[in-house]
Amino acid sequence: MTGADVLLLAFGAVAVGSGVLVVTTDQLVRAGLYLVVCLGAVAGLYLVLTAELVAWVQVLIYVGAVVVLLLFAVMLTRAPIGRSPDLNRPGGPAALIGGGAGLGLSALFVDAFRLTEVDLPAPGNAEAIGTELFRSWVLPFEVLSVLLLAALVGAIIVSRPDIGSRP
Amino acid sequence: MRPVIPYVVAALLFGAGVYGVLRRRNAVLVLMAVELMLNAVNLILVTADTTVRATLPHGGQVFALFVIVLAAAEVGVGLAIVLQLYRLRSSVAIDTVRLDAAPASELDEPRVPR
Repeated sequence: MTGADVLLLAFGAVAVGSGVLVVTTDQLVRAGLYLVVCLGAVAGLYLVLTAELVAWVQVLIYVGAVVVLLLFAVMLTRAPIGRSPDLNRPGGPAALIGGGAGLGLSALFVDAFRLTEVDLPAPGNAEAIGTELFRSWVLPFEVLSVLLLAALVGAIIVSRPDIGSRP
Repeated sequence: MRPVIPYVVAALLFGAGVYGVLRRRNAVLVLMAVELMLNAVNLILVTADTTVRATLPHGGQVFALFVIVLAAAEVGVGLAIVLQLYRLRSSVAIDTVRLDAAPASELDEPRVPR
């Protein structure tokens, strides 16, 4: 049990705990704030796994942008502050499928990896990732930029029904 | 570093995301649960990148970056749809949306450009 293992266990416990709270809490705004904790803990896991650039991009895009968008949506849909009793459906099948997926995949991974140890590779800092990205993955990168543009235009058209519906 | 720890964490996060998608009625909370599932997949990609020595180094981390960008696009379009649903029905409860009948009267009425 090395220091990296201890850090992985600590960040993993925080991530799983706050992730479960995201899907079980009764208060909408708290779900968003627990999501911040969960995504931050996953960013910490990335740092321990030597994925520096991915960790900071996670903090920038997820914690900075996606969660803020979700909280905007919570406010724009006039969600009540405080407990909302009508957030959930009956949870038996969901608990069965979700718990089955999580525990089944966990059992699969535990059976596959046991307690094998690996050495951490060279860190994935911006230089290494950028070199790899623009050497081997240029075409997917460009396609992704087109997809972002399409998503932007699509979001505008969806949210403005007066644009496309005129004869 | 034991790779089983982040793998199990990712599996449990994915399970929590599946549970949230199936359990929640509020569309914004469903989107949050989808974000949890995407994060679990990202965690698996990054962990595999550190454990597997591939011919293309850091391929997993590059894929994780791609998935993050896709998640940003997904949440943008998803929130546009959720806000439109709220504007049409004053509610974001997804189990009251009828998939087999379009709300014709609401779609056909002329709208004032905002």
